[in-house]
Amino acid sequence: MSMNTQGRPTSAGDTTETFRPKTFTGNRALDMEEPLIFEFGSVETCGVDLDEADTPEFELGGHERQAEIGLPGLAEPEAMRHYVRMSRNNYAIDSGLYPLGSCTMKHNPRLNEKMARLPGFADIHPLQPASTVPGALELIDELAHWLMVSTGMEAVAMSPKAGAHGELCGMMAIKAAHTAANRSPEIVLVPESAHGTNPATAALLGYKVVSIDAKDDGTVDLDKLKETIAKHDGNIAGIMLTNPNTCGLFERDIRTIADLIHAAGGFFYCDGANFNAIVGKARPGDLGVDAMHINLHKTFSTPHGGGGPGSGPVVLSDKLAAFAPLPFIRKTDSGLELVETNEATTDGEQPFGRMTAFQGQMGMYVRALSYMMSHGSDGLRQASEDAVLNANYIRVGLQDLMSLPYGVRPCMHEVLFDDSFLKDTGVTTLDFAKAMIDEGYHPMTMYFPLVVHGAMLIEPTESESRASLDLFIATMRDLVMSAKRGETERFSGAPYLAPRRRLDETSAARKPVLKWTAPEPVEISPSEAAE
Amino acid sequence: MRYLPLNDTDRSDMLARIGVNSIDDLFADIPEAVRQKDLLDLPKRASEMTVERRLSAMAAKNTSAGSVPFFVGAGAYKHHVPATVDHLIQRSEFLTSYTPYQPEITQGTLQYLFEFQTQVAQLTAMDVANASMYDGSTGTGEAVLMAHRVTKKNKAVLSGGLHPQYREVVEGLSNMAGDQVVSLPADPAGTEDILSQIDDDTSCVVVQSPSFYGQLIDLKPIAEKAHQHKALLIAVFTEVVSLGLIEPPGTQGADIVVGEGQSIGNGLNYGGPYVGLFATRQKYVRQMPGRLCGETVDAEGKRGFVLTLSTREQHIRRDKATSNICTNSGLCCLAFTIHMSLLGEAGLTKLARINHGNAVKLKKLLSGVPGVEVLNSAYFNEFTLRLPKAANGVVEALAAKGILAGLPVARLEPGNKDLENLLVVASTEVNTDDDRAAFAAALKEVLA
Repeated sequence: MSMNTQGRPTSAGDTTETFRPKTFTGNRALDMEEPLIFEFGSVETCGVDLDEADTPEFELGGHERQAEIGLPGLAEPEAMRHYVRMSRNNYAIDSGLYPLGSCTMKHNPRLNEKMARLPGFADIHPLQPASTVPGALELIDELAHWLMVSTGMEAVAMSPKAGAHGELCGMMAIKAAHTAANRSPEIVLVPESAHGTNPATAALLGYKVVSIDAKDDGTVDLDKLKETIAKHDGNIAGIMLTNPNTCGLFERDIRTIADLIHAAGGFFYCDGANFNAIVGKARPGDLGVDAMHINLHKTFSTPHGGGGPGSGPVVLSDKLAAFAPLPFIRKTDSGLELVETNEATTDGEQPFGRMTAFQGQMGMYVRALSYMMSHGSDGLRQASEDAVLNANYIRVGLQDLMSLPYGVRPCMHEVLFDDSFLKDTGVTTLDFAKAMIDEGYHPMTMYFPLVVHGAMLIEPTESESRASLDLFIATMRDLVMSAKRGETERFSGAPYLAPRRRLDETSAARKPVLKWTAPEPVEISPSEAAE
Repeated sequence: MRYLPLNDTDRSDMLARIGVNSIDDLFADIPEAVRQKDLLDLPKRASEMTVERRLSAMAAKNTSAGSVPFFVGAGAYKHHVPATVDHLIQRSEFLTSYTPYQPEITQGTLQYLFEFQTQVAQLTAMDVANASMYDGSTGTGEAVLMAHRVTKKNKAVLSGGLHPQYREVVEGLSNMAGDQVVSLPADPAGTEDILSQIDDDTSCVVVQSPSFYGQLIDLKPIAEKAHQHKALLIAVFTEVVSLGLIEPPGTQGADIVVGEGQSIGNGLNYGGPYVGLFATRQKYVRQMPGRLCGETVDAEGKRGFVLTLSTREQHIRRDKATSNICTNSGLCCLAFTIHMSLLGEAGLTKLARINHGNAVKLKKLLSGVPGVEVLNSAYFNEFTLRLPKAANGVVEALAAKGILAGLPVARLEPGNKDLENLLVVASTEVNTDDDRAAFAAALKEVLA
C-alpha cells in the first residue's frame, strides 16, 4: 500500500474572484444567520438541572398562574451556540477602533472584571447588616476619595445609576438648595450643543429650558449669556454646561461663566461626559462647578455592555454637599457608617431624598476603582494627555481634506468635523459613515452636536496605538477622495459587507414590531384535514 | 502604563506632526490660573498584582451570601446563576460594544434586546416591554411619571406594601416635579383599604405583589376601581421568579408593570447593577420611557432589528422627551435573557416551585419558635415575622452566629413602634434543609 505523499492540496486552488456561491443556509462561512429563541426553543426544554421540587403544600392563596407563559428553553449547548453566534454580529472595542464621539469607547481592562466578581463584592446583599460588609463601605469610600481628589470637589453622591441619572441627581440637589433658601427660580440655561439628556433632565424637574448661543468658535457667547441672565434676572436656577464641550473644545471663559451664574444666584451644573479629557489637567472644583456627574462607564472605563449598565456619581461643591441624597457613608471615629434614612442624619445633613433603592452600582464602583488605582495619579494624567494627543493627531491628519467648523485649532479628546467637505459629492454624512463600516470601522458620532451641520464627532481615546491611528487616517482619506471623485456607489448602498445591509428604520417606527409573536396557524378546513 | 499603547517616541513624533512643542500646548485653552500643575494627590500607578492584592483584601472583609445560611431578600435575591451566563456576557462582542446606534454591526445586541422584550412581555402578560430601566425602583419612578402623562393627572397613590425605598424614589421625584403622592401606611399583612383612596384626581395606583412584606395581593379589584376613575394600575414586583408560579399582573388588569429582574441572571452586587423590567399596554407605547428595539428588514429584505420610536427620547425630543434616560442595563438584560432561555418555561416553573416550597418549609420551622408570629397568609418565597423583641438586635445577634437572617423592617422604616419587631425573610433555591434548621435553632437561642 502506497502512502499519499502529497497529503491534502495546499495551494489556494482555482479561485474566481467574483464568484460568491448562493448557499442553502444563507450562511457565509463564519457569518451565520441565527433565528430567535422563540423559533427553535421548546417550552419543555430546560438547560438548568434543578432539584426536584418537594413542595409540601402551596400557600399561594389562590394566586396560582392559570395560563401558559410560552417561554422557550434551550439546553446548554444550544444556548451557548445561539448567543456566541449572535455576538459575532457585533462590533466592539475589543475588535476595532470605535471612534464614537462623546461616548469614550476606551479599552476595558479585564482585571476590573475579575475584581468585580470577587464574592466579597459580587455576592453581598445590599440589605445584609452593614457590620458584615465593612470592605464594601471601604471600597465605596475609597472610590469617593479618588473622585473628589481628581475633581477638587467637596462631596460625592455615589448612587446615580448612569449619566442622565446623575444629571437628575445634581439638578435635584440644586433645586433642594434653592428651596432651602426659600427661592424658586424657574429657568435653567442650556446651550444648543448640549447632550439631549440636559434639557430632558431640567424639564423633568419642572424647569423651563432657555437656550444660550454659541460664538463662531463653538464656545459660549459671553455677551449673549449676560443678556439672557439680565433678561431673566432673579429667575435663574442654574446653567447646564458640558466642559470640554460637545464640539471637543474647552470653554476658555469657564471661570467667568461660573461667576456670572453665581452672581445671578444660580448654580453651575457641569455635564461630566467629557471629563476624560482633563483628568489630572484641571479640576472642576477650580473651575467654579457646583455639581458634575462622572460617567464611570466613560472616563473610568467600566464596560458599556451594549448600552449599560452605567454609573453616574455626582461630585458636589460645598454649597450643595449637605443636600446629597440617601444613602451616603459617614466617617466617624469608630469607622464608616452607612446612612440610609432621614432619621439617621445629623446636623448639617439635609438629603433631598433618594435616587434609587440600595447603594447604587457597586459592580461599577469596583471596576472604576480598579481602573483608577491601576493608572494612579500619573497614569490618569497620561491617559488624558494621550486621548487629547490622539484626537489632535487625527485632526491634523484629516483637516486638509475634511472640514473643521471652527477652523484650525487644537481640540480636546475629540475632533468635530462638519459635512461641508461632502458638498456637491452626492454623499451624505450618513452614507459616509456607513461606508466606514465596510472598511471595518465603527462610524463616529453623527449629526451631533446639533449646532453643526452634518456633524461628525471623532473620539479615538488613549487606547489607540499610533499604527492604528495611521491606518484610520489613511482609510478616512481614501474615503474622502473617493467621495470627491464621485464614486457614490461606495457610499449610497453601504454597508455592503456587514451582517446586514442598511435597515429600514422608517417602517420599524411606523408599524412597530416590538416582540416576537407566533405565526398565525395555517387554517385547514375539515375536508382538507380529512384527505 | 500597561493600558496605553503610545510610547515616548510616538508622543514626541506625534506632537511634531501636530506642530506643537509640548502636550500642554494642546491644553492651552485651559486658563493658566486653573491648570493642574502637579500630579493629583493620589497614589501613582500600580501593577495588576498590587491592585488585585488591595481590592481582594477589601473583599475579604465582607461576608458573602454564599458562605453562610442566607435569608435576606426585600428587593434583591440570592439565586443560583448558571456558569454559562457569566461566560457569555463576558464575550468581548457583548461586553465592549456601545448602545446599538449602528444596527448593521450590532445585530447581536439588538437581537437579544428583542428576545428580552419578548420574554418580559410574556412573563408579565403585557403587550410590550422596553429594553430595560436601571432597576425596579427607578423604573417605578418612571412609571408614575408615565401615568401622569397618559392620564394628564398628577396624583399617585402608593400602597403600603410597596418597598420603602421604591416609595422614597417616587416621593423624591414627585416632590421635585411638583406632583402629588399619597403614601399609605406600612401594610405587612396586605389588609389595607386602598380602594377608598382612589378618586377622580388619581392618576395611578402603585401596588407591589408579592409585597415588600411577601404578601400576595389580588390586583383585580384595584385595577377595576382605578379604571372606573380613569386611573392606571402600576403593578410592581421585586422577585421575578414569582411569575413562574403566580398569576401575572397583565391578566389582572395592570396598565404598567415594573419589576426588578435581578433574580434572573444577575448577582446581588451589593445593590447594583440590576435590571429594571418595564411593560405596558400597546396603546400607551408612545408614552413609554426607555429604549425600544423593533423588528424590520434590511435593503436585501433580510430580517433585522433596530432601536425604534426614538422620537420619544431625549436625544431627539430634548426637553419634550418622555424621560431623560439614555444608558440602561444592556448587559444585565443579556444576563437575564440567557438565564431565562436556559430555564425556559419548564425550568422557571420548577424553580418557582422550589422557591415557594423552601419558603413554606422555612415558615413551618420559624413559626414553631416560641414567640414568633408569621404575618402572611399567601406568599411566594418571602414573608414577614413578628418577633417578641426588636428585629434589629436579633439580626445582629444572628449575624454574629454566622447566619444572615433577613431584613429588619425598622432599618428602612425607623421610628415606627409597630414595625420595630418585624423581620422580612426570604428562602430561595440556594437554601438547604440544614440552613433552615440552623436558622430556626439560632433564632430560638437568640430569643430565649
